[in-house]
Amino acid sequence: MQPNQFNVDAANKLKIVSLVSVGKHPQSGRMRRADQDSRAVELGLKLTGDNHSGESLVVLHAGDPGEPNLRSYAGMGLKSVRVLQLDPAADAILPLGQHLQQCGADIVLTGVRAESGESSGMVPYQLAEKLGWPIVPRVADIVSVKGGVAEVLQALPRGQRRSVMVKLPFIASVDSAAPEARQSAFGPASRALMDIEVVSASVDDVRQAWEEAAARKRPKRLKVVKAKTAAERFKAATAKSQGDGGKVMKNESAAEQAQAIFDLLKEEGVLR
Amino acid sequence: MSFEWLHPLLIATALVLAVIGAVRRVNLWRAGKPDRINLIAGLMAMPGRYLHDLHDIVERDKYMSKTHAATGGGFVLSALLIILVHLLGFDNQILAWALLAALALMFVGALFVFKRRLHPPSRISKGPWMRLPKSLLAFAGAFFVLTLPAAGVLPDGSGGVLLTVILTALIIWGMGELFFGMTWGGPMKHAFAGALHLAFHRRQERFGGGRSTGLKPVDLTLAKEIGGVLGVAKPTDFKWNQLLGFDACVQCGKCEAMCPAFAAGQPLNPKKLIQDMVVGLAGGTDANYAGSPYPGKEVGNAKGGPDHIITDGLIDPETLWSCTTCRACVEECPMMIEHVDAIVDMRRYLTMERGKTPNKGAEVLDNIIATDNPNGYAPASRTNWAADQNLPLMRDVKQAEVLFWVSDGAFDMRSQRILRAFVKLLKAANVDFAVLGDEELDSGDVARRLGDDATFQSLAKRNLEVLSQYTFSKIVTTDPHAYHCLRNEYSDFGSDALDGVEVLHHTTFLNQLVQLGRLKLNNFSGAKVTYHDPCYLGRYNGEYEAPRELLRSMGIEIAEMERSGFRSRCCGGGGGAPITDIPGERRIADMRMEDASSTGAELVAVGCQQCTAMLEGVVEPRPEVKDIAEILMDQLVDPSAENSRQDRLAEEVH
Ligand code: SF4
Ligand code: SF4
Repeated sequence: MQPNQFNVDAANKLKIVSLVSVGKHPQSGRMRRADQDSRAVELGLKLTGDNHSGESLVVLHAGDPGEPNLRSYAGMGLKSVRVLQLDPAADAILPLGQHLQQCGADIVLTGVRAESGESSGMVPYQLAEKLGWPIVPRVADIVSVKGGVAEVLQALPRGQRRSVMVKLPFIASVDSAAPEARQSAFGPASRALMDIEVVSASVDDVRQAWEEAAARKRPKRLKVVKAKTAAERFKAATAKSQGDGGKVMKNESAAEQAQAIFDLLKEEGVLR
Repeated sequence: MSFEWLHPLLIATALVLAVIGAVRRVNLWRAGKPDRINLIAGLMAMPGRYLHDLHDIVERDKYMSKTHAATGGGFVLSALLIILVHLLGFDNQILAWALLAALALMFVGALFVFKRRLHPPSRISKGPWMRLPKSLLAFAGAFFVLTLPAAGVLPDGSGGVLLTVILTALIIWGMGELFFGMTWGGPMKHAFAGALHLAFHRRQERFGGGRSTGLKPVDLTLAKEIGGVLGVAKPTDFKWNQLLGFDACVQCGKCEAMCPAFAAGQPLNPKKLIQDMVVGLAGGTDANYAGSPYPGKEVGNAKGGPDHIITDGLIDPETLWSCTTCRACVEECPMMIEHVDAIVDMRRYLTMERGKTPNKGAEVLDNIIATDNPNGYAPASRTNWAADQNLPLMRDVKQAEVLFWVSDGAFDMRSQRILRAFVKLLKAANVDFAVLGDEELDSGDVARRLGDDATFQSLAKRNLEVLSQYTFSKIVTTDPHAYHCLRNEYSDFGSDALDGVEVLHHTTFLNQLVQLGRLKLNNFSGAKVTYHDPCYLGRYNGEYEAPRELLRSMGIEIAEMERSGFRSRCCGGGGGAPITDIPGERRIADMRMEDASSTGAELVAVGCQQCTAMLEGVVEPRPEVKDIAEILMDQLVDPSAENSRQDRLAEEVH
């Protein structure tokens, strides 16, 4: 967790808001600190030079302030978590948008998608639309903020990064490629203040009618391993399967690139 | 002799200064947190504890125990008699002769101390400690001569001014060390603090041959308090009697000589750690420390004070995370100092207040919190290992004679082989047993040793909750860490789930079965075998015999390692050390494997899946490593021998 070079002085005057939700562990289904959201908090802490007195970094949640897992964000060293208290069935976009506008946020950080609930990944886009701000999806880092313009690194597949410049204020969704969140400590988590603001919001009627069910993975055909010794079995179990590779095509002609995509889709059975 | 009035005055001054020093020192300790100790009972018990508990430990080194008895005993006696004869002026020949005898005893003892200090081993501290034997000799010698007139050997007033001056100088030196230095931080401090530490020890249960190894729970209500601190941040966050304990250290370095992390070149030396605690409680720097440093770290840069955060300048967190909690230091310490308690106390602060568990620590803790196992596997897959074993579940049967506590070995392919072997033995002996299946959670051992007592307590309470629903008379586990938690640490949480339940390690239980004739074994005909004592089975729970008896019951003659039994060297796997993974010059597991190889053994028998993993991680060629359950399984006289072959085939296909 080596913080990159960053001009803290400039950022100290910035108002950074990290939006957090309640996560869900993929294996146990238990509520937890969401992975990407906590990376958003981590990035926020970095941008504010770890000056997390609640002045420059606001960690904001819309929902139930009694949710114990919100505290695990505070365990990263925050004095408080701001919660817009609303009906769990309500649509949080409107009150969130209003709050962000009012508090004069310069940069809003979110996860790419929530781990529970709808998990549509639409929140940052809807907020951006509502506020009329630009959105930078899947950022890995924010390198600098100078003269009201931020240099942002977007995460592309296979570890690639794209540098983009964006004017403040903006919304960025934080990719899993961003630096991992620091440990959450029990003491500060328990002591943090829940800074509650009761808001009203309209109930999301459409969603009320939905039925939720656990996702099921498509079954995969097992590879038959014809190994005789333990060493061979071990190799078979740990070896990377061959077909995983991909390639980056930069210099080829558009037609060649299109053909490659077409071939891949066919190979994967998307096109028949 | 001239200046008759001078010596009583000197003695009185030294004693008064000593008392002032004592009060100041006591106040330093009292800056710690309160702990409920019966002071009077402790003081009354102290002489007995000195003669038995402390002496039993010192007795392991015969030379030192005799030397100490002569020097220490002679000194205490002399000091009392000096007060009577020279300060209060009792004119009694018998007293004077007694004093002469005591001083002579002390002098002889001091000579042996002196001799040992001629070629001191690297583990003991130098500096002021090199002066101590000479001070002892000066004290005993000078008072001896001074007492001769009182005993009627020399006429009163004999000796000239020169002799008086020399004697006076020696007495000042001797009393400076022995009276003044005792309470003002000289080497003799160990006698003063040591005696009181015996009286007010935080683990009173240790005396009289008792064992007290379970960590004390953290008061988690402090987490809700503004300004509350979980664990120990500053020296004053220790209990007062822990501070007193640190002050009792004689810097003998017995702990250093036994510490596996020190030997591996990791930045930990238990003796230096205790001395740094002394620097912390009294304030100052470690510049006067004259013993071995933390490997790879220079002495002289550490600064501390009673209200300074320890890990900000006094101790590098890496030092704390190097410890495997093997308790070798505690076992060896003649002053009965509790290094592991102190280390875990400080880790608690780092983890629960600062969120600074190094390396994989944070990830492992997150996994334990979210999935109740350290690797983040789906909790519902806990019993997958036993899909073919047809194990009775407590949920179904509600009661059984034995509850088999499977532990997180359930998720590890190597450990599963041990579990299977044990199940096979249970079935062969027709034991009425059941498992908790997915209702079992991580025991909390790793979380607790990593300083996350909140998570440990949550796991303990939830496990106890499950256990309380079922009826069984024994819990048996193949994991000494879970064994320790269940047996020694779960009792702090006000549950009656384990009341009247015997918690046993599988080697103890299997040994009972073998002794009862419920398991029939063939003689082992393989190569030479040695046995590695797991720390959490041996030093933590005192079980050294059952595993050995089991091996012997198969006709195995154990080729013991030099360090075995209570002196066994850790495999490096305890205390979350493989998770925090502090670099050193060597790996502890490699050193332990060398211990094993040097016996010429081709098979290392162990009784712990963690030890198995650590020792098997040593590169070949090396002896084979097997859990005792696995060795037993192979020697089992099985009426259905065919079955076992099929079992093994099934394993191959697996
Ligand atoms: S802590 Fe104990 S064993 Fe270690 S040096 Fe001090 S007295 Fe000796
Ligand atoms: S418990 Fe073991 S590793 Fe830790 S300080 Fe003591 S001897 Fe060293």
